[in-house]
Amino acid sequence: MTSTEVVFVVLSAVGSIGAFRLVTSKNVVHAALYLVLTLSMVGAAYLVLAAGFLAWVQVLIYVGAIVVLLLFSLMLTKAPIGREALDNQQRGWAALVGAGVLAGLVFLIQNAFGSAPRIQIQPATTSEVGASVFANFVLPFEVVSVLLLAALVGAVVIARRDERP
Amino acid sequence: MESYYAQYGVVVAVLIAGIGLVAVAFTAARIVAPRRPLPEKLTTYECGIDPVGEGWAQTQIRYYIYAFLFVIFDVESVFLFPWATIFERLGMQAVVEMGIFIFILALGLLYAYRKKVLQWA
Repeated sequence: MTSTEVVFVVLSAVGSIGAFRLVTSKNVVHAALYLVLTLSMVGAAYLVLAAGFLAWVQVLIYVGAIVVLLLFSLMLTKAPIGREALDNQQRGWAALVGAGVLAGLVFLIQNAFGSAPRIQIQPATTSEVGASVFANFVLPFEVVSVLLLAALVGAVVIARRDERP
Repeated sequence: MESYYAQYGVVVAVLIAGIGLVAVAFTAARIVAPRRPLPEKLTTYECGIDPVGEGWAQTQIRYYIYAFLFVIFDVESVFLFPWATIFERLGMQAVVEMGIFIFILALGLLYAYRKKVLQWA
């Protein structure tokens, strides 16, 4: 194994431990903090794969914003903290579905890329990403703004208090 | 490829130094500081005010709206970074593209303002 692969395996292991603790922890706020660990490790894995811009987007959006949103939505609930309240007794099915998804993914990826030659990692700079987005993918980029607008309007409609009932 | 990883060597070094600093500070405090725990010292507020209720309090949905707005404009800002690196090269085209993008999002902000969800009354 090369040193890159060693680092990648370590990052994946830490991220997996975080993901495991995320679903087994009894306190939902602790679970959210384990989510931070897992998402950070995903970002670090992007860095190892030389996708610098993607890695920092992962940190900015997921670790920075999505987790904050998640924490606020957790604080909206009146969820009591404890195993009895969180456990809905579906472990068998969940394990079965999880194993099925894992097997399917491993099979698919192995089939699709197993025989392909190894790709040499090439660092992509942010300006290359920008040139690609703003020269070749202009319409999808503008559609993103419409998607964000729809999400914003939806959130306002749900959260707004009606003045005239 | 080596130069790419080398530039993150500093990040790793700062990370290790930061973790080391916190570890050393807390270990030194544990070794040096006297520890005489009393019931009064172990209460939540040492100033003497008794905590009321549970640790879990339900927040207002307004906080959620602000967090949601933060997510949306965070996504917007992510597109500004690559835009800033190339907008000199693309010139007017880039300005128009980002102008349309920000205009559509500003409509959403205007909608939120008109629906009075930004008011903290």
